[in-house]
Amino acid sequence: MSDEEDDIILSELNDEDLVAQMFDDLYDGMKEEIEEGVNILIERGWAPYKVLTEALVGGMTIVGHDFRDGILFVPEVLLAANAMKGGMSILKPLLIATGAPRMGKMVIGTVKGDIHDIGKNLVAMMMEGAGFEVTDLGINNAVEAYIEAIEAEDADILGMSALLTTTMPYMKVVIDTMVEKGMRDDYIVLVGGAPLNEEFGKAIGADAYCRDAAVAVETAKALVARKHNQGASA
Amino acid sequence: MTSDATLTTDGLPPEGRGRVLLIACGALAREIIAVRDGNGWDHLDLQCLPAIYHARPEKIVPAVRAAIEQHRADYDRIFVVYADCGTGGELATACNELGVEMIAGPHCYSFFEGNKAFNALDEVTSFYLTDFLVRQFDAFVWEPLGLSKHPQLRDMYFGNYEKLVYQGQTENPELIEKARECADRLGLKFEYRFTGYGDLTAALRSA
Repeated sequence: MSDEEDDIILSELNDEDLVAQMFDDLYDGMKEEIEEGVNILIERGWAPYKVLTEALVGGMTIVGHDFRDGILFVPEVLLAANAMKGGMSILKPLLIATGAPRMGKMVIGTVKGDIHDIGKNLVAMMMEGAGFEVTDLGINNAVEAYIEAIEAEDADILGMSALLTTTMPYMKVVIDTMVEKGMRDDYIVLVGGAPLNEEFGKAIGADAYCRDAAVAVETAKALVARKHNQGASA
Repeated sequence: MTSDATLTTDGLPPEGRGRVLLIACGALAREIIAVRDGNGWDHLDLQCLPAIYHARPEKIVPAVRAAIEQHRADYDRIFVVYADCGTGGELATACNELGVEMIAGPHCYSFFEGNKAFNALDEVTSFYLTDFLVRQFDAFVWEPLGLSKHPQLRDMYFGNYEKLVYQGQTENPELIEKARECADRLGLKFEYRFTGYGDLTAALRSA
C-alpha cells in the first residue's frame, strides 16, 4: 500500500467516498479498516442492514465477480471474506436488535467424508449477507444430520458442498433419503463444490448447482421467491 | 531427466517411439519412467501434461482430449495415466467417448497406495504428498495458496486436517526430512508411508 493511501482518514470521508473506500479495503482484505468503516457508518446513523448490503455485500460482490473472471484467486478471496467477517461481527447483533428483511432459512454443510469448508463458508457468509438465516452444520455430515437440521430449523433451503470426487456422490444419498421420506419437495436443494457441474446437479435431483457464492445467493433468492409465489397461488 | 520445474509448467513431449502412448500428469513422469525402464517396456512412449494442472483440474480434460486427438494416428494405442484427479468423472467420460483407457482411482494418492488399500484407510483428515509434491511443495501448495504472503490463512485451509501423510515412491531420507518440514509448516502431524508405485505398475503392464 502506498503512503498516500496510508494517509486516508476514513472518518473524514463523506458517505459515498467512504463506501467506495470500503469496497477497496474489502478487495484488499483489510479487516481493521472494514471494521472501522462499519463503525463510522453506524455512528452516522446508517441502518445496520444498509451498511451490510451497500458497503459489505456490494464490495464482496465485486470480489466475487473478479474471482469468477480469474482476476482474483482463492487467497485474495479468503482475505476479503475475512475482512467482511470482521464487519459482519459488528453488524450481527445490531441486525438482530433492529430487525432486517428475512429472505429465508438455509441449512448448509459439507458432506460425509469431506472436511473442505472454504467454499461452504463463503456461501454461508454471502447468504447471511443477503438476509438469509443460516445454520452451518460444518464438515463431514451424514444424511441424518442434514435431515434432522432441516426439520428442526424449518429450513427453506438445504445446501450441500463437496470438494472431492469421492464424496460428491453422497449428495445423492441425502436427496434420495429426502425422497424416501416424502420430504424432498418441501425444500430447495442447492449443491456446489469444485468437481461438480450442472449436469451432476441435475442427475442427483438437486434444484440447482451453484458455481460460486454469488451464484448461490442469486439462485437461492430466485428459487425462494418462486416457492413463495407457488405457495401463494396454491 | 527433465527438471521438476519444467514438468510443473510445461510437461514432457513424447519421444516419438513405441507403439503405445501414455498421456500422463507431469507429476508422474519420474515414476512412470522408472517403472517403464525398470521393466524394459520399450513399447511405451510418454507424454506429460503440465503437472500444475493438479491445482487446476478444469484444465485436465481439455488438455488430455487435445493430446489424444493430436497423437492417436501415430500410435496403436493410447493410455491415460491420470486418475479422476478432481474432474468429477469428466475425464472418464471423455476417455470413454474417445475409446481410450485410463488408470483407475480417484487420484494418484489412491493408486500409489493401491486403490483397495486406500479405500479401506478412510483417512478423511489426511493431507497427502508424493515424492514429486514433496519436492515441489512450494510451487504446488505454499505459493498458490498465498501462504508466503499471508501465513494467517494457513488454518483456514488446513484447520480441518490432522496429519500430513508422505507417500514415498522411493526411499529417500532427504525427502522424508523435507516432508516432515512441510508438515511442520502446515501445523500438521507427520506420517511417512512407503508405497512404492502401487497400482501404477499393473496399470502400465496392461497399457
